[in-house]
Amino acid sequence: MSLSVRSLTVGYGRSAVLTDFSLSVADGEFVVVAGPSGCGKSTLLRAVAGLIPFTGEISVDGEAVRGPSRDRALVFQEDGLLPWRTALRNVELPLALQGVPRSIRRARAVEWLERVGLAGFEGYLPRELSGGMRQRVQLARTLAQQPSVVLMDEPFGALDAQTRASMQELVTEVLSGTTTLFVTHDVDEAVLLGDRVVVLGAGEVERERDAILAAVKA
Amino acid sequence: MKRWVVRIGSVAVVLLLWQVLTASDVRAWLRFDQLPTVVEVAERFAVQVGGVEYYHDLGNSLVRIMTGFLLAAVLGIAFGVLIARSPLLGDLLRPPLEVVRPIPAIALVPIAILLFPTDEQGIVFITFIAAFFPILVSTRHAVRALPTIWEDAVRTMGGSRWQVLFRVVLPGTLPGVFGGLSVGMGVAWICVISAEMISGQFGVGYRTWQAYTVVDYPGVIVGMVTIGLLGYLTSAAVELLGRRVTRWLPREALR
Repeated sequence: MSLSVRSLTVGYGRSAVLTDFSLSVADGEFVVVAGPSGCGKSTLLRAVAGLIPFTGEISVDGEAVRGPSRDRALVFQEDGLLPWRTALRNVELPLALQGVPRSIRRARAVEWLERVGLAGFEGYLPRELSGGMRQRVQLARTLAQQPSVVLMDEPFGALDAQTRASMQELVTEVLSGTTTLFVTHDVDEAVLLGDRVVVLGAGEVERERDAILAAVKA
Repeated sequence: MKRWVVRIGSVAVVLLLWQVLTASDVRAWLRFDQLPTVVEVAERFAVQVGGVEYYHDLGNSLVRIMTGFLLAAVLGIAFGVLIARSPLLGDLLRPPLEVVRPIPAIALVPIAILLFPTDEQGIVFITFIAAFFPILVSTRHAVRALPTIWEDAVRTMGGSRWQVLFRVVLPGTLPGVFGGLSVGMGVAWICVISAEMISGQFGVGYRTWQAYTVVDYPGVIVGMVTIGLLGYLTSAAVELLGRRVTRWLPREALR
């Protein structure tokens, strides 16, 4: 599934957060959008997710985005899990919303939790899990949803370096072949994960640390 | 020393003080000679607990408060959610509700007597009104304070408006809603007892006032203690249920 963003503008006039932004992500490609805090990275993802009004055109496989849909899953920086649901029931949620029968969705959720390395933690509440584990659950939930496009909003921004490294490894593994738009302010993360790197305000740059740094500062 | 020893001890001291003051007819500005002694009250309590009338009154008051409170819970939560989630319904419902809200429920007794065919319905109505507003207001605030991230998450999973309502809004607002239910249960007791005193023919409130009018002061105290116990038990039930359904809250938020 390919994603195309053309002449995207969010907000009006001087308070516009994004102006005339264009980007395309090919089927199965992992594109990282980098840029300093407050440059509109999150806004871009929220627009693509269909959560906020925008002008311009966003389409997935040629079909225009008009609102949120299960086709475009959003992974949040933190606290994206429903705190009153156990890890298992959080992963089950997208399947429950689709009306998948309980026994089937439960079995699938167990598999996804195992896939992200959380076998045995099915019954834990989010507050009983570490930040890294919670992000693993979010990842499992996103995978269970089987979206066409995965949108990730600084998903590891709140994690310590070691946890972050293992999560980056996991993401590369489980999302390979999935069309992904990944937002981060971390230049090293951009280099590590992206098939391509786009710096907000400077356009596409070479996938190399110095080039990205220069573009971010410009 | 164990803490429960201190707690029981403090109740024992109060009772002892009461017994001493009343039994020795102390009259130091406060007229303790007018009040029944602890022993008199206890004897009276034993007689009442052995009779049928006591349980009849108790059952009637409980049915009244439960009917009023459950109606208030259902409608208070429903209206609170509607007002907070829909700008149109908010504009429609808020003004009339805000006009009625500051009126103490007990001041509506004349209207209840005029409006409802039976006293019974009037008392339930007063109880309902009393509990309705705290529940409505806490629900409204809880819905407003709900982090948008959970709703965004469910919407990007393809959740519909109804799914957002039942999977996010209702469970997410439960901690706030239970605050309102606790307050609501408290004021519901105040109002059911007051309404029974004014217009009832039975019930704990009626019996207590009745005892006063026939100069049966131990009976008055028995009624008061009964009301206190019932209030305590029902509030504890609400509290317990609230803790059970909000176990997911971060530990710091729990006492």
